Amino acid sequence: MDNFAQAGTVESVACPFCGLLCDDLTVQRDSAGNLKVMENGCARAVTFFERPVAAPSPRIQGKPVALQEALAKAAEILGKARQPLLAGLGTEVFGMRAVMNLAESSRATLDHMNSNGFMRNIHVLQNSGWFTTTLSEVRNRVDLLVVVGTDISSVNPRFFEREIWNTETMFDQNTSQREIVYLGGRDLDTSAGVSPDGRQPDVFACDLDRIPEVVAALRALIIGKKLHASEIAGIATADLERLAQRLLAAKYAVVAWAAGPLAFPHAELTVQNITELVIAINKTTRAAGLPLGGSDGDTSANQVSAWISGYPMRNSYQRNYPDFDPYIYAADRQLQSGEADALFWVSTFNPERTPPAADVPTVVFGDAHMEFEKEPDVYIPVGTPGIDHKGIMFRSDNVVALPLQQLRSSSLPTLGEVLRAIEQALQPAVQ
Amino acid sequence: MLIKLSGGTIYDPAHGIDGKAMDIFVRDGRIVEKPRDGERIDQEYNLAGKVVMAGAIDMHTHIGGGKVNIARTMLPEDHRHDPAAHSDLCRAGCGHAVPSTLTAGYRYAEMGYTAGFEPAVLPMNARQAHLEMGDTPMIDKGGYAMLGSDDLFLRMLAAKQDQNAINDYVAWTIAASQGIGIKVVNAGGINAFKFNQRFLDLDEQNSYYGITPREVLKTLARAVHELGVPHPLHVHGNNLGVPGNVETTLNSMAGVEGYPMHLTHIQFHSYGTEGDRKFSSGAARIAEAINKQKNISADVGQILFGQTVTASGDQMSQFRNAGAGSPHKSVCMDIECDAGCGVVPFKYKDQNFVNALQWAIGLEIFLLVDDPWRIFLTTDHPNGAPFTSYPHLIKLLMDKTFRNDMFASLNLDAQKMSTLASIDREYSLYEIAIMTRAGAAKLVGLHDRGHLGVGAAADITVYTDIADREKMFEKPDYVFKDGQLIVKDGNIVRVVWGATHTVKPEFDRGIEKEIKQYFDKYLTIKMDHMKVSNDEIEGDGRGKVIVQECKGRREKTA
Repeated sequence: MDNFAQAGTVESVACPFCGLLCDDLTVQRDSAGNLKVMENGCARAVTFFERPVAAPSPRIQGKPVALQEALAKAAEILGKARQPLLAGLGTEVFGMRAVMNLAESSRATLDHMNSNGFMRNIHVLQNSGWFTTTLSEVRNRVDLLVVVGTDISSVNPRFFEREIWNTETMFDQNTSQREIVYLGGRDLDTSAGVSPDGRQPDVFACDLDRIPEVVAALRALIIGKKLHASEIAGIATADLERLAQRLLAAKYAVVAWAAGPLAFPHAELTVQNITELVIAINKTTRAAGLPLGGSDGDTSANQVSAWISGYPMRNSYQRNYPDFDPYIYAADRQLQSGEADALFWVSTFNPERTPPAADVPTVVFGDAHMEFEKEPDVYIPVGTPGIDHKGIMFRSDNVVALPLQQLRSSSLPTLGEVLRAIEQALQPAVQ
Repeated sequence: MLIKLSGGTIYDPAHGIDGKAMDIFVRDGRIVEKPRDGERIDQEYNLAGKVVMAGAIDMHTHIGGGKVNIARTMLPEDHRHDPAAHSDLCRAGCGHAVPSTLTAGYRYAEMGYTAGFEPAVLPMNARQAHLEMGDTPMIDKGGYAMLGSDDLFLRMLAAKQDQNAINDYVAWTIAASQGIGIKVVNAGGINAFKFNQRFLDLDEQNSYYGITPREVLKTLARAVHELGVPHPLHVHGNNLGVPGNVETTLNSMAGVEGYPMHLTHIQFHSYGTEGDRKFSSGAARIAEAINKQKNISADVGQILFGQTVTASGDQMSQFRNAGAGSPHKSVCMDIECDAGCGVVPFKYKDQNFVNALQWAIGLEIFLLVDDPWRIFLTTDHPNGAPFTSYPHLIKLLMDKTFRNDMFASLNLDAQKMSTLASIDREYSLYEIAIMTRAGAAKLVGLHDRGHLGVGAAADITVYTDIADREKMFEKPDYVFKDGQLIVKDGNIVRVVWGATHTVKPEFDRGIEKEIKQYFDKYLTIKMDHMKVSNDEIEGDGRGKVIVQECKGRREKTA
């Protein structure tokens, strides 16, 4: 057992701040519990781990109160609500289990803060399915990486370092020969895609909202259709034709996207064109899609919700059984339409993800550094998983779940503890 | 706490008891011989005329892990037909093809099942499998760790490492994944698919490693045996669903050279190429081979008609089958240099020639294999049908008239290709108790389950003996889990959480050096982070790890 009272160095720390979940960080702790990333960090990891120790008091209407009092007030608000909304859901597996139980006991609706992006993937999974791969396969097999609409680095900073420019692979590939293509988007920082020996990636830029056309054209070319247009959104058709040929000639092409940055209407159709072109390539050679991005436990929330209720995000226990509707149960819509009459917001990783403005009683279970434009009715600071307490988190590739360590002692309760206390205050607990 | 179950008609094949009226005493969760002198009986159940068996054990059911959760996520339209509401005792969820974890636990218990084993735990995904099983109440559970297409194993074979090193790696994998056995899926084939091979027959080489499925099967079967793991190597054969695969299956049986091997969902691997449509039953040949080769056991993977979903580690086959999916969608994945998965929804139709013949082939195998200790009742849930159809399947096995009436309603061309109607056998209650209790416990290595002898865990199911076996088996009068009454008249009366059964064969820890090096060089997580600790299963105060006895390493291989 670690002695958290002393300064120390912890190796093999997993960083939950983005969907890569790099687990090779070295983190130093001083005797006060402040952390410093010593090895294998990225800027986001430094921001995450190096926030100073803080343990503010819970507050009601901005006034410091004892935890018990804040919990009682939160339970009172939940008990009075007819259609409570549990949203944000920036937590890990254990926290999410408690969220599911509380939602069921209070007949609440559930949505994650990243759902506007994440649901693009869920729609595709439910409509046509897909063919995807995971990070270790990419690291060892990819020979052609096509990135759609993102630079990856801004959502998953160490992706190229860990998965593309790794020095050794199992199959004796010279990784510096790997081909990188950025397709779509403007003014992307493509520097991470430059090979260690200085070879530039191919960049086919277009406006974000023209990506649907470009990806549709690429899919058409891959399945052997001829295009009459000479250019699509400013990209020469001949370039797309060559890209299609390269994808069909590659041994293990990977087409990556991050659902969040594809911020245009019906981007799910673009994700679907990506995944369907991957399936088409697999008729003759091997290729796979790779969903990237991910943060604030979005993958974990969807996983836990799926096994406990049967459904991913945007479900509800209003009917006393789980019910799924990606339109009706969207948090924004629930709040704007006035259907939700109380908001319970969870954000345990990121103090900047504060609740949306809402005219309903609001309870926040949040990171200790959270600052509000509008003080919520109740604020209960909770520990950060992977720093203040243990947890389990899923990677963005949806397969690997890693343990998060406790790195210091903390007086903050866990999300699970506070939600269980509220659930017990509501009614006799279900086993 | 002493409970007396009085005068029930006991079927306990582990002790040769075939329908004898007896009393059973349960003290603190275990079966005891009789009360101590002067000991008060706290509770008595008069079971005169009732059928009493050990709790049933599903030795192959996909209840937890990545592919199951993908299937759940993919199928909101299926869940909508079967919502499970919140009640005073039970959490809400959904049922049918891929139930939510809690609902799965409740429904198993309501049918008299007290244990279920997830057969495809990818080591890289073992944590998720155990998380989901940890949220599955009522029943005991456990998993078989998947090997055989993972790059480390194939590298070891290609480097001609000796059997002892392989055994150490296998034992390490069982420990790291908290498994109770080892499964191989499409031996080496999932890996070959990553190199763009589309089929891999028993003696065909992986294009990169030069290793054949035969070598994979033999090496793993031997490893499992030499480690003293009670459950024989659990094999999902090569060429699933391919007409003519009966040859591959027969060759696989011979290929393990006498080592114990369990062939799972063998129905999907018993197809010939006769007839106008080049699709025929290989059941008779398969059954004959099982009857002859005492080292072989099998579960059937019966299909039943209706909507379900197929979720498999056999991505190579699932990619091939994706076009036949209904509704038309599929998920395939390459996974972590470890394995793969494929999820394809399926609707089996009684007027479809292939589906109707698959149905008949499964039943032919059940009825033509002589020894009920070596053939097991499964639908490969949810691949052939949801587990909730077991009572219907039991009726098909026990009631020839019912079976033949069903058969007569199927696709006519399929009827012509099956000998089913000419088979008179009807399973007895004793034989059902073997398949679903005593035999299953023995096969999985659950030494204190599946029987009603002194010292056994008091997992006990009580039925009313009625002629309609489907009705009988879908709604037991009582189910006891570790001595606690959990189901009465088919309804949950108490929620318990069950334990996770594992084995921990001994091995040389020195192997970790090589494994760690492999992780550090090639993979994207640390070796230690793959390991699922006891604490993760027991930490929430509900779960419990039970280590079943493993006789330990046999003599070192020369």
